[in-house]
Amino acid sequence: MQTHTFKPDQPPPSLSVGPIAWLRNNLFSNWFNSLLTLFAIYLLILMVPPALQWSIFDANWSGTTRTDCTAEGACWVFVQQHISQFMYGFYPEQLRWRVDLTAWAAILGAAPLFIPAMPRKALYGLAYLVIYPLLAFWLLYGGFGLDIVETSQWGGLMLTLVIAVVGIAGAMPLGILLALGRRSDMPAIKVLCVTFIEFWRGVPLITVLFMSSVMLPFFLPEGMSFDKLLRALIGIILFQSAYMAEVVRGGLQAIPKGQYEAAAAVGLGYWRMMGLVILPQALKLVIPGIVNTFIALFKDTSLVIIIGLFDLFTIIHQATVNPQWLGFATEGYVFAALVFWIFCFGMSRYSMHLERKLHTGHKR
Amino acid sequence: MQPNANSPRVTGSLLTDPKFRAWIFQILAVIAVIAAGWYLFNNTQHNLNSRGISSGFGFLQQSAGFGILQSLVDYTESDSYARVFVIGLLNTLLVSVLGIVFATLLGFLLGVARLSHNWLISKLATLYIEIFRNIPPLLQIFFWYFAVLRNVPGPRQSLDVGETVFLNIRGLYLPSPTPTEGFWAALAAFIVAAVISIYIGIKAKQRREATGRRFPVLLTTLGLLFGLPTIVGLLFGNPFVWEMPELKGFNFQGGFVVIPELVALTLALSIYTAAFIAEIVRAGIMSVSHGQTEAADSLGLRRGVTLRLVIIPQALRVIIPPLTSQYLNLAKNSSLAAAIGYPDLVSLFAGTVLNQTGQAIETISITMSVYLAISLAISLLMNSYNKRMALVER
Repeated sequence: MQTHTFKPDQPPPSLSVGPIAWLRNNLFSNWFNSLLTLFAIYLLILMVPPALQWSIFDANWSGTTRTDCTAEGACWVFVQQHISQFMYGFYPEQLRWRVDLTAWAAILGAAPLFIPAMPRKALYGLAYLVIYPLLAFWLLYGGFGLDIVETSQWGGLMLTLVIAVVGIAGAMPLGILLALGRRSDMPAIKVLCVTFIEFWRGVPLITVLFMSSVMLPFFLPEGMSFDKLLRALIGIILFQSAYMAEVVRGGLQAIPKGQYEAAAAVGLGYWRMMGLVILPQALKLVIPGIVNTFIALFKDTSLVIIIGLFDLFTIIHQATVNPQWLGFATEGYVFAALVFWIFCFGMSRYSMHLERKLHTGHKR
Repeated sequence: MQPNANSPRVTGSLLTDPKFRAWIFQILAVIAVIAAGWYLFNNTQHNLNSRGISSGFGFLQQSAGFGILQSLVDYTESDSYARVFVIGLLNTLLVSVLGIVFATLLGFLLGVARLSHNWLISKLATLYIEIFRNIPPLLQIFFWYFAVLRNVPGPRQSLDVGETVFLNIRGLYLPSPTPTEGFWAALAAFIVAAVISIYIGIKAKQRREATGRRFPVLLTTLGLLFGLPTIVGLLFGNPFVWEMPELKGFNFQGGFVVIPELVALTLALSIYTAAFIAEIVRAGIMSVSHGQTEAADSLGLRRGVTLRLVIIPQALRVIIPPLTSQYLNLAKNSSLAAAIGYPDLVSLFAGTVLNQTGQAIETISITMSVYLAISLAISLLMNSYNKRMALVER
């Protein structure tokens, strides 16, 4: 009996699959595209090799003084020599373990919150929110058996993080209240909240910092004076709360009216309706917006240079104008940019991840 | 949200009546705000008196007595603080407008590039956006100012582009147009051309609506606007000559000088804001559904016409509101000028004038109100635009 055997399949034409096809479709599909590709390659050749040469191959990686920087490229010795200053500012060296401990406590304390199967997450989170700030303040500032470190000695990345975290933590509740006020039925409350929000959103942060450093002392009773950091934080919290209020308002507006009516129908009063029904949904919707506000705040912390606080950026800038290390401004700024970029980019990725994860029930 | 605002009163107690409680609550809030304001005002009065600072805006008339790096209007050291305010405001507006123009151009280019079918181009645009929007604008300003513009050579070794544009440590030197006697004739010709173009535009629109026939308005307008002044220029002599910057002694003479502070600020603000504008443009274009393109195709519209009449108008509806808020952000970020000493409103008025006069409350309030006025004006414009452009739904 004759058996029929198929011929083996022909391989697909090399122009429709594989790397060549990919190149053809994505880079050289027509003459204009090809021109663009060549232009992009030209740009890359113009920029990437010199940048790599400068920052890696020709760079100076070891040494202790500027005289060790003999090669053509970047002098990373500058950053290495200053790294602890960039991280801790003028925090006394023998007490820096306290800063480290604060950071580790934040990370380890928050870690369980990121485990999806964790039981009693809300309770734990609440406890964390109450206990951690007290612990952090005690560790960083001192008192109760620890040496006191004045805030004027705080600096570097540590100060940047303190300003950003305190700023967002303070702005959050204030922002929620303002957003509720703006959506309120009571005209007087609404007008007050709208005025407050529009005022802070209309002025640049720099003028707010100026105000908190030169105008605030006039507002207080005689003899009462605030710490410089605290004054800056008050300004930043008020400023940021207005932006936060607008983000939260977006979430409140997205909640369908039926939710309010249903909550009212089961007999909940205003605060329980908001706290148990509306806000949990609204805040979940706007988590990406909140993270974006946090990123903006994190970038804005660099403005405290204006009022003479030594955050990460200021301290790097100070190091670049130090007569012993003149001429390494580029290295300093590139390092600062890298640190800021890692934080901001990381947070934006995390917010995108959350957005996808929390996008439940609204997908069609 | 008052859950039982209209329900009949059950208990009869005023305290459980939502309307009554709302009133009490509002009255208490207003009283609290007024009390806080009065308390702060009182403290301020007391502090000012005890420190012997006189309040009021009289200081605006005093002579300033300090020099300013860059002023768009005439200024001498004996001019008043009020004039310093005007100069600061103009400088702020200058850098804002420059930044907005460059950021828009770059942002639209990058937004379109990110949507490009060319893999390399779209990845490069993404890279640009992700890098620059995650670095604080202040850091970028410092980078351009201290790391780049402070390290360019001195006047004698200036970097140049074709011997017309020079960059050195003192600033950017551009050729400046100087009007000659033919200038007014050319200007008159330009105005005449503009008037004729507008007339043609109106007529062409009327004809198109009446008969459906098109008239190449754009081409004729461009032809008129450039052609007429050129012809007049040929008749009456060149309307202006380009004055080139020249190296004389230790510095450049002539031409138009842009101080390095302005260069750094404009560069940094445009590069930073362009990253955000690019994302807005991308979102706007992506918001126009593909069905729109297909519908236009099926009507037989050409690619360019589809883009111009179908995609762009719908994308702009989505793009313009966030774009304006980016413009506002840029204007507010221009106050970072204070950190590198560009004489903008904040650095001149809330900086130098405040230090000289000690009128903290007045200077800061004036500075804040200027920004507030700009923001509110733009918000109002935006709201009316949104009302006009909002989709009219059934």
